[in-house]
Amino acid sequence: MKCRWLLVLLLMPWLLLACQQQDPYYADDEQAQTPQFGDTIIMGTIGDASNLLPMLSTDSSSSEVSGQIYNGLVRYDKDLNFEGDLAQSWEISADGLEIVFHLRHDVKWHDGEPFTSADVLFTYQLLIDPQTPTAYSERYKQVAEASAPDEYTFKVRYAKPLASALISWAMAIHPKHLLEGQPIAESPLARAPIGTGPFRFVEWSPGEKIVLERNEDYFEGAPYIKRIVYRIIPDLTTMFLELQSGGLDYMGLTPLQYARQTTAPAFVRRFNRFRYPAFAYTYLGYNLHRPLFQDKLVRQALSYAINKKELVDGVLMGLGQPANGPYKPGSWPHNPNVNSYPYNPDKAAQMLSSAGWVDSDGDGIRDKDGKPFEFTIVTNQGNDQRIKSAEIIQRRFQQVGVKVKIRVIEWASLLKEFIHPGNFDATLMGWTVPIDPDGYNVWHSSKIGTGQLNFIGYKNSRVDELLERGRRTLDQQQRKIIYDEFQQILAEDQPYTFLFVPDSLPVVAKRFRGIKEAPSGITHNFIRWYVPVAEQKYQR
Amino acid sequence: MAYFLAKRLLLMVPLLLGITLISFVVIHLAPGEPTDMQTELNPDAGIELKTRLRAQYGLDKPLTEQYVLWIKRLVALDFGTSFSQDHRPVWDKIVERLPITVLINVLSVGLILLIAIPLGILSATRRNSMFDRWTTLLVFLGFATPSFWLALLLMDYLGVYLGWVPICGIKSLGYDYLSPSGQVLDVMHHLLLPVMVSAFGGLAGFSRYMRSNMLEVIQQDYILTARAKGLSEWTVIGKHALRNALLPIITILGLSVPGLIGGSVIFESIFAIPGMGKLFYDGVMMRDYPLIMGVLVIGGVLTLVGNLLADVGYALADPRIRNS
Repeated sequence: MKCRWLLVLLLMPWLLLACQQQDPYYADDEQAQTPQFGDTIIMGTIGDASNLLPMLSTDSSSSEVSGQIYNGLVRYDKDLNFEGDLAQSWEISADGLEIVFHLRHDVKWHDGEPFTSADVLFTYQLLIDPQTPTAYSERYKQVAEASAPDEYTFKVRYAKPLASALISWAMAIHPKHLLEGQPIAESPLARAPIGTGPFRFVEWSPGEKIVLERNEDYFEGAPYIKRIVYRIIPDLTTMFLELQSGGLDYMGLTPLQYARQTTAPAFVRRFNRFRYPAFAYTYLGYNLHRPLFQDKLVRQALSYAINKKELVDGVLMGLGQPANGPYKPGSWPHNPNVNSYPYNPDKAAQMLSSAGWVDSDGDGIRDKDGKPFEFTIVTNQGNDQRIKSAEIIQRRFQQVGVKVKIRVIEWASLLKEFIHPGNFDATLMGWTVPIDPDGYNVWHSSKIGTGQLNFIGYKNSRVDELLERGRRTLDQQQRKIIYDEFQQILAEDQPYTFLFVPDSLPVVAKRFRGIKEAPSGITHNFIRWYVPVAEQKYQR
Repeated sequence: MAYFLAKRLLLMVPLLLGITLISFVVIHLAPGEPTDMQTELNPDAGIELKTRLRAQYGLDKPLTEQYVLWIKRLVALDFGTSFSQDHRPVWDKIVERLPITVLINVLSVGLILLIAIPLGILSATRRNSMFDRWTTLLVFLGFATPSFWLALLLMDYLGVYLGWVPICGIKSLGYDYLSPSGQVLDVMHHLLLPVMVSAFGGLAGFSRYMRSNMLEVIQQDYILTARAKGLSEWTVIGKHALRNALLPIITILGLSVPGLIGGSVIFESIFAIPGMGKLFYDGVMMRDYPLIMGVLVIGGVLTLVGNLLADVGYALADPRIRNS
């Protein structure tokens, strides 16, 4: 008897969890509000930033923070078209070799110094300096000549036309007057940056938070929100609890949180959820050096055996879409008219049989020349979506008589021991999709080899030709034709089975207004977000 | 006693050297390199960049040379510069994060002892009673409960549902505007949950040790003698038995230092505490060799000091050891 009561006592708190704390009520009237200044937005981030000099960091936390502090010459607008940032206009010469940027005259660094073309030239020189430990130098080495003919003009000349040349100047411009004459790796600006952007740096408590404050003199007008606080919370579940308790205003949700844990009225009353395709895809890549995968028919059959819809439903809770190629659905390079290999196990079985793989010994596994159709999928530890996908695929392959083992390996070991030496059968991984469609580094046959990105060993002379032309062509319509054909060939060859494109699932506290969803996401007009005075939460 | 101390201190030097040598070799055996973060699967990074970065970090030298260079710097108390993208001195990175980790561990060990010792004594003196059985159940429940799970449940209930405690972090947003006493209270408020959860898991070990030591001691003849003298039960248990039963606890305390440092990784990730455990974990993931070695040296020193303190404490408490 006593025993039972103790159990009830122990369990009671958790039973009460079903009901939620009462939340302050926020008015829902969106109409006819004029934006008002003030308030703080608190954003959750999983990792601490590493270095706030953008050319020295490659992690997403750093680039998120420095994105508010610095500007490039150009940027993508909300519809992913080019627009001026620090450059108010630019001209590209008829042969596509020269770009002339005309810079804004009204820009000042956060310390009050004027911004000029000397800063741009200096940034370029830093990027190509062998002493600078930057991962971005490669693109800028294509520049044959850079010059600053006057204070507000910057000119670059390329030896060959380069389609991604213009967007490479979205790189943050670093301040010459503060960085000149000292090794950049030791600059104090890495911890206390000074830029030209809408927010200026205030404070960084390592591992805890980074605080930015509105730049009153920002050349596009001061942002409405007074402060941004990035709180570093390494655990996604903790982050979500912190959001619910009111300690965060912004975070990215996991599919499970979006689908199951954020639909209660108490949550919906306080937060707005957003959903749009992410710039990323997940794929199953076949090692084409292995005899097993050299037959195109086999790869096509395996693609037919995978139910992509089921993966999206099971792994992403339906918050994503099947992929049919390396570009984001809805973006201009994407070609929707290629074979997307709808789930068809009968066809897959038939194709495998015609490729010579039949179950001759009756053990349920197809074989050919006495060898069973067996292989291992390798993927990295810590990514639950990939592991689950591999398990679902394993079951589907089993149904068509293909036996699959799964090995989950820590990231660095996976790359060093398996991927780079080509010591794997198939791998389940993902790529982020850059907005420029140049896929040269991943698909061109010259990029086969240890440490290079075409680790599956894909080689198609027509694809090579298309990729070479694509990156040297500047006209978007011509590029579209090139990359459409490129996607046709990939769909036919199936060196990867393109699995799915997940959705980005950000959530923002309801008091923030003026948020507009666009193809680029929601943060494109961040400086125009605001909170009505009556709802402002933080006064300081 | 001075001789005893000097001998122990001298012995620590080769021990520490051995720790560093093994650590150095083992972390270099693991696949992956510090340059990976910047260069791996990065379309913009070429082979040439990789070689250049390797040369900048000194990774192109043979391992023995790297170790000798590292030891040379260590002797001058220079832990080197982190290989991560912030290029900061390792010492600075550790020093800003060490205090909070030490504070949490000291508080939780304090709390564990405060609860576990009386629990152990009471369980032993009331062996097989209802109280004994219930505490056994409770402490083993604590031992068996995964701490991250318990932490999340408590966060949800006490933090989100009741709103009594902050979910994570160590300071409120308005910390800088608080009075000094307010600041202390604020940090304490934030530490309540992490300390409670980490203590709950540690109760089982110490209270069980205490119980079994106590059981052993109270069956000794001198306890019988004390009782026969007509001393009060309180004097018998609190004075004669307790002193002897506490001895092994000192040893266990000294041995538990490395475990505490390891456990910090989980707590600091879940509660978003900017401490040394999280720093170490990130360092390992990035193969930031100087940082890993720095943390290992500090951890090694702490462990050795813990052991030394345990030995000293033992010697102080037990004349047989002191004199031998």
